[in-house]
Amino acid sequence: MFQLTLVRFREFIREPEAVFWTFVFPILLAAGLGLAFRQRGPENVQIGVVGSAATATAVIDALKKDSTLIVQTYDDSAAALALRTGKIALLVVPASARDSIRYVYDRDRSEAVNARVLVDRAVQIGAGRTDPVRASETYVTEAGSRYIDFLVPGLLGMNLMGSSIWGIAFSIVTARSKKLLKRLMATPMSRSQYLLSFLASRLVFLILEVVTLLGFGYWAFGVPLRGSLVTLFLIALIGAVSFGGLGLLAASRARTTEAVSGIANFMMLPMWIFSGVFFSSSNFPQVVQPFVKALPLTAVNDALRANMLEGASFAAVTPQLLIILAWGVVTFFAALKLFRWR
Amino acid sequence: MLLPSVHDTNSGPMVTALDKSTPALRVQGLRKAYDDVVAVDGLDLEVDAGECFGLLGPNGAGKTTTIEICEGLLPADSGSVEILGRRWESDADDLRQLLGIQLQETQLSEKLTVDETLRLFQSFYRDARDVGEVIDQVELGEKRHSRVGGLSGGQKQRLAVACALVGNPQLLFLDEPTTGLDPVSRRQMWDLIAKFQAEGKTILVTTHYMEEAERLCDRVAIVDHGHVIALGSPSELIESIDMSHLPPPEPRKTSATLEDVFVSLTGRTLRGE
Repeated sequence: MFQLTLVRFREFIREPEAVFWTFVFPILLAAGLGLAFRQRGPENVQIGVVGSAATATAVIDALKKDSTLIVQTYDDSAAALALRTGKIALLVVPASARDSIRYVYDRDRSEAVNARVLVDRAVQIGAGRTDPVRASETYVTEAGSRYIDFLVPGLLGMNLMGSSIWGIAFSIVTARSKKLLKRLMATPMSRSQYLLSFLASRLVFLILEVVTLLGFGYWAFGVPLRGSLVTLFLIALIGAVSFGGLGLLAASRARTTEAVSGIANFMMLPMWIFSGVFFSSSNFPQVVQPFVKALPLTAVNDALRANMLEGASFAAVTPQLLIILAWGVVTFFAALKLFRWR
Repeated sequence: MLLPSVHDTNSGPMVTALDKSTPALRVQGLRKAYDDVVAVDGLDLEVDAGECFGLLGPNGAGKTTTIEICEGLLPADSGSVEILGRRWESDADDLRQLLGIQLQETQLSEKLTVDETLRLFQSFYRDARDVGEVIDQVELGEKRHSRVGGLSGGQKQRLAVACALVGNPQLLFLDEPTTGLDPVSRRQMWDLIAKFQAEGKTILVTTHYMEEAERLCDRVAIVDHGHVIALGSPSELIESIDMSHLPPPEPRKTSATLEDVFVSLTGRTLRGE
């Protein structure tokens, strides 16, 4: 068993592409997406003002007092074009009288609605409104609710799944297609030990994967690790081993690497989309939620997020862990039964 | 000549001492068909302990199928196989400990080194040999820590034989051990096999090279279309044919060869298929 597991290590480490996809790629992905979707300060809002009316100048001055508003002056026809192409979020049309004004905007766009509130406030204050209640502002940035915080556990889950399924499935099918499996069958080697050695080697690699990805998230983006680290590792462990079961199942009968690629993709694609890796799985309609929740990757991601972002205890993530374990056990025994050894 | 297992007293079933009259391998009435092709059709064989026995025949004669059934890799449709007094149906675990095999197209994991590969195989056997010793025996000492992917064809075959040997087997099955090798590697392999014979191991070799069969084997069974058409030592077989039925000998031949035996029996050449 020891020798078998040792062989699994060596085969993995000596394959440079495998090392890249498992360790480097998730980091690059996290860095790229984290940067792209980072929190920026309050966004500036583009406003257009039709400059033909006499009151326009006063309105523009009032608007400029709000520094988040960026004001552009247009004539009628250019204004319509700017609105339509989205260059401005809202168009202000000052009237000839000082006490009325018109706003033109798309109510379905959240930034237009936001713009209307800001613009109206600026206009009203500029015309002399005073607020009876004096408000002061305290700004807070809580790590844990940013996109990067949502993303990193999802990427970890995806990574655990990918390296389990690809690594194991490829390795086995290559051995089968080369007749190495057949050669091993002629020895006293235990079949279940052969399969278990794949799961055992996953155990060790998983520690490296978790540390690398979460370490990077923590160091580069301050992604929080609020829950118990032991529970976190346990979640990752159970996840990796269970995905290993899926990998064994995928490899159980395929004779060529092309065939197993197809099977592996078939298994993973639905989970990449539905399991809440890049965006929350609750975005999907209620009807499919039971299906989504039953997927192993969903359970892993939910458990990881609960632990990292909310500090959930082991007891709190037990339902997810049970789902993951169930998948692992069922797929392992199915693989053992279906396995084509020749 | 070879009394197996008397020193292996660590488990009951292995202490079956065979007397010299029990053949190391006995095959009776073996039959195996794939879909509509009958690969093995009523094949009988007996290999005595300590001899080097050859299965000679053209491609498609059923040699590989026969040897794989004997190795426990394929089930037979009918007939019996008895190895060292045991059968696959009841003593599979024991048999795997006692046999060493080399497949026809073995491809070992390219990323492991010679040493690592042998250590893996060694770990499967209760009574294994030292890895270094086996490596020296197959003359791969220089390449001990080289990756399998970097070995030449001949070296890979020697490694495959080493994998067969590391478990200290009593019976060796070699399926076409020199097919695809250059003449030098082929000779090296023959020397290696001769060494095992000298140690008293029982060996079953399949081949379609008659020179190989003549050179290595104590006895040869000529196989065609799934059954044995002639059996005996190479010299016996050659003496038994009536030279007058043969076509005129080729210029360089001065005496008959096993190829001629084959031709006289079947009217075809070994290489003609």
